[in-house]
Amino acid sequence: MANQISNKSSDTPSALPISIRGLTKKYGRLHALDSVDLEIKSGEFLTLLGPSGSGKTTLLMAIAGFNRPDAGSVRFAETEMILTPPHRRDVGMVFQSYALFPHMTVAENIAFPLKLRRVGSGECADRVAAALATVQLSDLGERKIDQLSGGQRQRVALARAFVFRPRILLMDEPLSALDKKLREQMQIELKHLHRQLGVTTVYVTHDQREALTMSDRIAIINHGRLTQVDTPQAIYNHPANSFVADFIGESTILPLSRDDSGKLLFEGHLISSSPTQDSGGAWSLVIRPERLFFIQDSAADSEQAIVFDGMVKEFVFQGETAFVLVSIADKYNLSVRFGTNSFSSQNAMQPGDRVSLGLHRKDVIVIPQSM
Amino acid sequence: MGSDNEKSIKANPLNEQPLRLQEVREQWMLLGLAAPAVLIIVAIILIPVGWLFYLSFVGSDGQLSLEHYQKMIQYKSYARVFMTTFQVSMLTTLICILIGYPLAYFLALLPQRLAGFFMLAVLLPFWTSLLVRTYAWLVLLQRKGILNDFAIHIGLWETPIKLVHNMTGTLIGMAHIMLPFLVLPLYGAMRKIERDMMHAAANLGASPIHAFWKIFFPLSLSGLVAGSLIVFVLCLGFYVTPAVLGGGRVVMVATQITAILENQFDWGAASALGVVLLVATLVILYAASRLLKLDSALFGKH
Repeated sequence: MANQISNKSSDTPSALPISIRGLTKKYGRLHALDSVDLEIKSGEFLTLLGPSGSGKTTLLMAIAGFNRPDAGSVRFAETEMILTPPHRRDVGMVFQSYALFPHMTVAENIAFPLKLRRVGSGECADRVAAALATVQLSDLGERKIDQLSGGQRQRVALARAFVFRPRILLMDEPLSALDKKLREQMQIELKHLHRQLGVTTVYVTHDQREALTMSDRIAIINHGRLTQVDTPQAIYNHPANSFVADFIGESTILPLSRDDSGKLLFEGHLISSSPTQDSGGAWSLVIRPERLFFIQDSAADSEQAIVFDGMVKEFVFQGETAFVLVSIADKYNLSVRFGTNSFSSQNAMQPGDRVSLGLHRKDVIVIPQSM
Repeated sequence: MGSDNEKSIKANPLNEQPLRLQEVREQWMLLGLAAPAVLIIVAIILIPVGWLFYLSFVGSDGQLSLEHYQKMIQYKSYARVFMTTFQVSMLTTLICILIGYPLAYFLALLPQRLAGFFMLAVLLPFWTSLLVRTYAWLVLLQRKGILNDFAIHIGLWETPIKLVHNMTGTLIGMAHIMLPFLVLPLYGAMRKIERDMMHAAANLGASPIHAFWKIFFPLSLSGLVAGSLIVFVLCLGFYVTPAVLGGGRVVMVATQITAILENQFDWGAASALGVVLLVATLVILYAASRLLKLDSALFGKH
């Protein structure tokens, strides 16, 4: 598991690192969490990304203290928190359902954690006003929750989670109930807010694009285990296995064969002369659709690029990009995506057309084949 | 082309008439579905109640008079009957809340399937005859009853305690019979409270006790108010259980009405009692609705 240093790890006192060791949680025979180890740096924005049922929410709940793991350790800085009840953990959390209190106004919701901490009424009002201003809801303090739109509720939930200045902020799919436009707008705002507060943030989502957009690092989780923890670029460009390659972005995964000298080949094309480590097992080639480019005249493989000849099976215009399915060697389908601003001649592509596709050797991704 | 055509469509929109006819026909059909219920309500509630209302204003000489109402003010015994009725209803409601709230809370915390099973335990007595349950309490509570025998046997007390044919017995029996009416709406309201709500309270720093009083209790209040009002109103007119377990010592309005009818055969006096009880109930419901925003409690709006 590659564990590159995140691009920023500020050590402000407003943030705490989280250290998770051997965390295990079983529901019956199912391992929701299978001995998870994860180090989250102070001030980092880390996203837990996985399909539904992968254990990402269970992990978040264990950090918040809402479930009782079977074994393991959760430390905030040096302090062991595994036995600490949720109300003494002092972490902010934004719930998927928002969990705003319907019998209180917006301002009362946000003041709730302050009142519990016996913040004086003057300071309390100031901090509520400041939090409302931060989420751009200054005029709505006296509204009831049921008078708010989905996007406004989301902002109130956010304000309530950070108003008491927690040093850790947890978010459980906070944007999943919003429509696409609002969601993309909130992604940018959340990222901005994170930079402003500098608080350690653990974010749960099943949306890979959201994870790529927002995170300093992404932890990919599947079947209760961490599959890969790395920066968005590293995960996209160097997926650790076919699950990650398939889950993050679009990809075509093709089987590789090995010749006597250990070189990896695909249908006669030399892909790699030396796989990173010799596992003795089989290897696959991962091709990102946007990394393929059309070549006017058929050519042979070169130092720089591999060339595939094939036939167009499907052409789909999708606005800013077009998607083409190309059949190669009559067996495999290659997905190709290109911007519609260029390649104007390909805009008129028809099924049955013969095409040549190039792939730069630096864009070649080789992964061990999954069992 | 087309401009003449468009004008004629604007002046005379397509199919306007048949579409409206269709809508009207559907509305009449809906009304038709409600008709039997409306007829029954008119026949078996409005007409008899109206007749009794009229009777209460007819004096013993057959002339219109207020003599039944005057009697009610004159004789202290009537006031005492109403006092007892409200006292018993209030106490029964209170006991139901004390027992029913923790019970509903427990049920609401259980997984759905298990809660259904335990709910059966609440509903099972509900489906048993009222009379059977009332006499069952008589067997349990009387001087030589099972409870007294057992308590004396294990030495809790030495001589039989009077548990029935008094206020104690009446309250025990009524609380038992009324409990489901409180638990059902309360359980419904509690189920609607998302678990995330309590997680959020804890996450923001509320201890479990704090989270309960600041979040859970206020959110369950609509169900509690609805259930309590149902129990209270049902208690006001309750007859069987107070008659059997009260043993003539707990005289409520319904018991008194029966007594008047059986002993004096005075329809006018009995009707007057009924009318006063009905009016008193309506006044209480109105006051409660003003105080507690009853409509939102009864119809589950938030």
